[in-house]
Amino acid sequence: MKKLAPFVDHLLPWLTCIAMLAALSMIFLYVPNEQQQGLPQRIFYFHLPIALNTYLGFFIVAGASASYLWQGERFSDLLAQAAAELGMVFCTLVILTGALWARPIWGVWWTWDPRLTMVVILWTIYAAYLLLRMFAGDTEQTARYAAVLGIVGVLEIPILHVATRLWRGIHPKVDTMAPEMMWTLLVSMGAFLLLFCWLLWLRVRNLSQREEIAILRRTVFLSSEPEGIA
Amino acid sequence: MWALLWKDVLLEWRTKERLSSLFVLAFLMLLIFVFALSPEQTRRPDIGAAMLWITLVFAGMLSLQRGFLLEQERGCLSGVLLTPIDPSAVFLAKFLGNALFLLMVEAFVTPITLLLLGITWTPMLLLLPVVELLGIIGFSALGTLFSAIAVRTRAREVLLPIMLLPLLIPLLIAAVQLTSALLAGEAWPDVWLRVLLAFDVIFVVTGWFIFRHVVQE
Repeated sequence: MKKLAPFVDHLLPWLTCIAMLAALSMIFLYVPNEQQQGLPQRIFYFHLPIALNTYLGFFIVAGASASYLWQGERFSDLLAQAAAELGMVFCTLVILTGALWARPIWGVWWTWDPRLTMVVILWTIYAAYLLLRMFAGDTEQTARYAAVLGIVGVLEIPILHVATRLWRGIHPKVDTMAPEMMWTLLVSMGAFLLLFCWLLWLRVRNLSQREEIAILRRTVFLSSEPEGIA
Repeated sequence: MWALLWKDVLLEWRTKERLSSLFVLAFLMLLIFVFALSPEQTRRPDIGAAMLWITLVFAGMLSLQRGFLLEQERGCLSGVLLTPIDPSAVFLAKFLGNALFLLMVEAFVTPITLLLLGITWTPMLLLLPVVELLGIIGFSALGTLFSAIAVRTRAREVLLPIMLLPLLIPLLIAAVQLTSALLAGEAWPDVWLRVLLAFDVIFVVTGWFIFRHVVQE
């Protein structure tokens, strides 16, 4: 991680900026209007990449959690925490962008479609995960508890998928797409993926620095204690 | 493992604290439902299914909290874990114990609900205990795992439902669908039974594997 740091630090923000600008200009200037839905459909180019990031966050949490439980590396725990925080942000955004789109198209802000149901349940699982971390304090035990929740959470995904689908369904399926739309979507997906990586990187580094500071403070405190007493 | 299970059952037999409070609580919840709903609503099978499962989930949550709190207060769990028993066996014992208590609560709640709802007897109702058993297995598996976690944190009373409820949603959807079909005397929705079974298998196995990481000191 240390070796990669200068490279990632300088490259990733620029890449993300460029990709995001490209995505924005394609979404607003390049891609044609969709025939039936018109203008509101353009939010889809934000909505889908954000949704993918939500799931990506979930899988990173689970992967990092599993690796933490089996190998006990501190880094995995920090990665899981950072990914959960980001996942929560993107999960909230996916619900908001979805609601903005659903209002003009379906006529309601919210309905109990399987994917909507699923996303809202994922949101509650993320919330539980972050609250657990908040309430359990900053110990090694907490890391293990959070890892257990992270793994159980990802195991819920397939069964939730089946259950919500059987329950009810009206989500639009994308059958065919004009090539312009496809490209716009791909660029936007790339841009959001880079954004996710960049934010994840910043947060993991931030967390590990915080930990280093805590360790330093402890050593300074311990080494200065005898003099303080004397 | 059987000794641990036996210990929990014996403890309850001697004090009867947990079960008696759970019975009264479950009964009160059913009463609250009757007062909150209109008389026509309380005769609908889908509402009946909802009443049954909501009562079970909340009674179950309290039962879980009592269970691990008892262990935590006296440091019993640490004592048990110091002995050379496999933590997975502790999980199984706790899981079976929790399931057993819930089954007893269910055996008490179900006839009352059926009476309150005025459900007419059909042979299909014989399948109701099967659905309830499957629901209780899934609930106890996740419940045992997460109550062991929640009890060692601050704000444990809030944290247990916050962690458990979202994870239980697929189980609840499946169980309520099956129960309301049974209460209405309709055809048995086969897919939901499979969802319920899959849930049970996945989370009993997960709990069995992962519990050691929770109780490790």
